[in-house]
Amino acid sequence: MASEYGTQTAMPLPAGLSGALPARAGLGLKPEHLRSMLQHRPDISFFEVHAENFMVEGGPLLHFLHRLRDDYPLSVHGVGLSIGGMAPPDADHLTRLAGLLERFQPASFSEHLAWSTHNGVFFNDLLPLVYDPVSLARVCAHIDQIQERLGRRLLLENPATYVAYAGSSLDEADFIGQVIRRTGCGLLLDVNNLHVTCRNHQRDPLAYLRALPLHAVGEIHLAGCAEHTTADGGALLIDSHDRAVAEDVWGLYCTALTLTGPQPTLIERDANLPPLEEQLAEAQTADRMLCACLTA
Amino acid sequence: MSDGLIASMAQALRDPAQPCPAGLRESCPADPAQRFAIYRNNVQSSLIDALADTFPVCRALVGADFFIGLARAHLQACPPRSPVLMEYGAEFADFIAGYPPAASLPYLADMARLERAYVMSAHAADSVPLTSRQLQDLLSRADLLHDARFQLDPALALVRSDYAVASLWGAHQEDDVTAALAGVRPGQPETALLVRSDLVVAITAVPQSSGELIQHLIDGASLGSAASIFQARHPDFDLASALGLLIAYQSIIHVQLPGAN
Repeated sequence: MASEYGTQTAMPLPAGLSGALPARAGLGLKPEHLRSMLQHRPDISFFEVHAENFMVEGGPLLHFLHRLRDDYPLSVHGVGLSIGGMAPPDADHLTRLAGLLERFQPASFSEHLAWSTHNGVFFNDLLPLVYDPVSLARVCAHIDQIQERLGRRLLLENPATYVAYAGSSLDEADFIGQVIRRTGCGLLLDVNNLHVTCRNHQRDPLAYLRALPLHAVGEIHLAGCAEHTTADGGALLIDSHDRAVAEDVWGLYCTALTLTGPQPTLIERDANLPPLEEQLAEAQTADRMLCACLTA
Repeated sequence: MSDGLIASMAQALRDPAQPCPAGLRESCPADPAQRFAIYRNNVQSSLIDALADTFPVCRALVGADFFIGLARAHLQACPPRSPVLMEYGAEFADFIAGYPPAASLPYLADMARLERAYVMSAHAADSVPLTSRQLQDLLSRADLLHDARFQLDPALALVRSDYAVASLWGAHQEDDVTAALAGVRPGQPETALLVRSDLVVAITAVPQSSGELIQHLIDGASLGSAASIFQARHPDFDLASALGLLIAYQSIIHVQLPGAN
């Protein structure tokens, strides 16, 4: 099965049908804050929403997203395709996703290197996969199906993980590199995920960063993470999205920008939301670093 | 080997009694079981939260702790089958009806039915109501009305209960819930009508006879046949007021007259 996807390099697909995201800072947006964002109309370069939050027939969610889309570039971020799962992406879900992308024509669509559905049950978490040739072939086949169905290139996000598998024979960065080479998809570089994963598995974040296929980066994610002490006294980082971006993550981001050049950069916040001004201040920090990277 | 791992991980995520799956790499700090517990906790708590988002009044009625136990038991029996979590909870009302610890709150299952209908109504397809001109034309053709079939707004829904679910729900939307609840007689049967207007779903109690008529129209009965059933069963039945409700809420989106398509 691996040989089927082994050597072929995919045809380049269009990233989005209405231009690329600007290489500036954007904000993640939850459905319940759409209306207030439309009232405040903050000075921000793009918004990103989760695809599954807008898979509805009609009503206020679609109405307000249309209005937002009139004024800001939009990125759609999926959390439910279960690319790393054993089963191919669900056909009904892909149809709904295709309809959503058709309707809103976002500048970018991204998903995760993770699994979230098994035997038809949805777990609502981004679960880690084994990195071996079987899993690599399966992930590539799933991404091929998704890109073909959607008629566009997706950006694949590197994961934040808490466990690793004894059976993994490939390094995570190498696995991602091979997926990107074989499928032609891009990389959504989540710097917080990189920080969390490297800390949890005691890896060197700079070495991991350099090992990633940085030429394929199309967007960067930044978020806050939480320190968690386990019952046996271990300290792990949790990808919690519930606080400000950590200093270490800003540092890694600066380094990443020197390697990737300026990239659309999203500040993610999913819980414990601060006043809008605080989120905008983080976006401004990212914008300053992006400017510095341009003039360097 | 990776296939078996995902399967055993999935099983252990669903059932907290299961041990941590084998095949995780030994590492420090923190052993694999401690690390796996983070995923198990994320899965359980995020799905319980998703249910709480859809059923806030149910949660308020039973309290946060009871709700967590109820939601966890429901999760075990009916895990989500779609990544669209707004859809999660279709079986929640029936599950509550068969959940013995909730038996002391007999209207809880119907409240779940109502809250689920509320979410479905909020996200139902958009539609364009008939204009008042179109309605006037229609009402002037009394000869054809008897066999007319109505297509109603997809966001319109009815929940009939032996309890005052519409009033209980309404009380929970007030700032002072306790004071508002004091005025509700929970044992009073109610038919809740859900309509969406200006992107907002409203819930009101309507006469049972009106609710039954509207339900028959939704089910495809002609106006005449729906009306005759109710005039027999409800001597005080007032067709005009039942239709007036649909007109006032702009819920009629199409009327098929006999001989027309």
